[in-house]
Amino acid sequence: MAKLVAAAKKEGTLNVIALPPTWANYGAIIKDFTAKYGIKVNSANPDGTSQQEVNAIKQENGTAAAPDVVDVGQAVALVNTNLFAPYEVSTWSSIPASQKQANGLWYEDYGGYMAVGYSSKFGTITSLSQLLSPKFKNAVALNGNPTSANAALNGVMMANLAEGGTAASIAKGVAFFHSLKEAGNFSPVSATGASIKAGTTPVVFNWDYLNLPSYVGVPNWKVFVPSNAVLGGYYAQAINKNAPHPAAARLWEEFLYSQAATGGQNLWLQGGARPVEEAAMTSNSTIDSAAAAKLPPVSGTPVFLTQAQNTAAATYLAANWAKAIG
Amino acid sequence: MAVVATTETGARPARAGRRPSVPGWVGTVPFFAYVAVFLLLPAGVVIVDALKNSSGGWQFSTITDLGNPLVRGYFIGSIKLCVITSVSGAVFGAILAYAVASGNPDGAVRRMYIAGSGVLAQSGGITLAFAFQALLGPVGLLFHAGWFYDFPWGISLIYAYFQIPLMVLVFMPAIDGLKVQWREASENLGASAWQYWRHVGGPLLAPAFLGSTLLLFANGLSAFATIEAWESQIAYTVPQQISVSLNSEVGLANINVADVLALGMMIMVVILMTGYALLQRRASRWLR
Repeated sequence: MAKLVAAAKKEGTLNVIALPPTWANYGAIIKDFTAKYGIKVNSANPDGTSQQEVNAIKQENGTAAAPDVVDVGQAVALVNTNLFAPYEVSTWSSIPASQKQANGLWYEDYGGYMAVGYSSKFGTITSLSQLLSPKFKNAVALNGNPTSANAALNGVMMANLAEGGTAASIAKGVAFFHSLKEAGNFSPVSATGASIKAGTTPVVFNWDYLNLPSYVGVPNWKVFVPSNAVLGGYYAQAINKNAPHPAAARLWEEFLYSQAATGGQNLWLQGGARPVEEAAMTSNSTIDSAAAAKLPPVSGTPVFLTQAQNTAAATYLAANWAKAIG
Repeated sequence: MAVVATTETGARPARAGRRPSVPGWVGTVPFFAYVAVFLLLPAGVVIVDALKNSSGGWQFSTITDLGNPLVRGYFIGSIKLCVITSVSGAVFGAILAYAVASGNPDGAVRRMYIAGSGVLAQSGGITLAFAFQALLGPVGLLFHAGWFYDFPWGISLIYAYFQIPLMVLVFMPAIDGLKVQWREASENLGASAWQYWRHVGGPLLAPAFLGSTLLLFANGLSAFATIEAWESQIAYTVPQQISVSLNSEVGLANINVADVLALGMMIMVVILMTGYALLQRRASRWLR
């Protein structure tokens, strides 16, 4: 580890991409990493998508500007393993086996559950079907286009599960959004922190860590996770196999997966995201229990989409989303 | 993104110098180098990649995606939006241009309109969408109607904001080219205002009007950021779908499909610009 730190300090720089400072506490994580190791972090295209991250690896391959590390959705990680270098962080054994590639090409980092965030002016929401009532005129938004954005696809899938659909077919979720559109309640404006603050999107389907009152920053914001539709999703870390700063990249991963009170796992947790080593850290008592207590309670068995289910959902959306909402 | 109208200026007669003269074409090198790097090269890359698959081999079948009903839907969406905004933009813009042109040619009103149009024709994108959101969104300052989000009418309202000023800019020279003597001549011969427009003014302005409409159409075709910011949860137009094909993180990204879509747009623009050039040639006979 001391050798790695020395080598990384010698490189002096780390290129990261698509890490919004307000997403899962990345602003603080980057700042703390620089403060701890004196390594400058170049943060490119903070609002980019997972696909743009791997596009950047390909297009900037061999240049000093290429991303050293990526934080991508599972669908993107699975099909791009040829771009990644295997690496096992020192806390490797704390990552559940189902949440990492066996050789360390990618490893999930943090995640959460799909949730409906909403302004309390609507009262209390206890089921998704309430959203069809006229008081939600133009109010309900996803975080992007579900044929493009992972969070939006999962938002439709969450509605699908709540409507009695299964993870294998997203059809009932699309039908739900079609009824929302028919009722005039669907907002085509993509939900962002700014649109929530402005009040344009008072009901938002998004990951809980992007939907928590502490994150959203508006008063009277509530979060609701339907008990019959607990849908989890994790992002994954991977190192560019041609990283311009290979040691800094590995040191960054060590920092992110550190269980220390000031390490990445607890920093994510403080940002409302559930770190992948949560279970191990709960049993060895390294977890920041105050931050853990703030997470929205979830009841019921969570569903995680398999790659096949993800592909089936995307294919169905490609053919039917525009028809349902257009 | 708006297309900037260019004007042609006559070539200055070369002055005979004593120093060995540099060949005349040297002066064009920067222009052609620029065109090569920023237009021909990217266009070539798009065409070649449209004929390839993701692993780099030749694959001509991707091009057949242009016939796929889903893909056709994006082109139909783009065409609907462009027809509505170019025709309405051209009509309102032409009326406005005529009203301004018939005033004092050096007056403050005219200068204000031209300057204002120059700014507004370039406005667009996220700032414009945000301005409308603040004014006409669900919690806007003015009022909100559900159809503002209906495609294509709602977004057409926003596009009018840059299409009409662009029309004013590109159509004004044609109106200025109408000689006052023609009007006087037809009035001396006893023509009514209607007859003047039907037989003299109208036919003279028609090529310029149609050409400007085509320019507006092309301008609307390439616009992306405005509609993406106004309604981003669904792709209605080709540029939006290109974005999905490039950026989808749920497994639907396919750069070659994006290239095929871009190729389809290039074909449309070539057709439009050929029509524009032909109409301009016809219009310029009279407007010298």
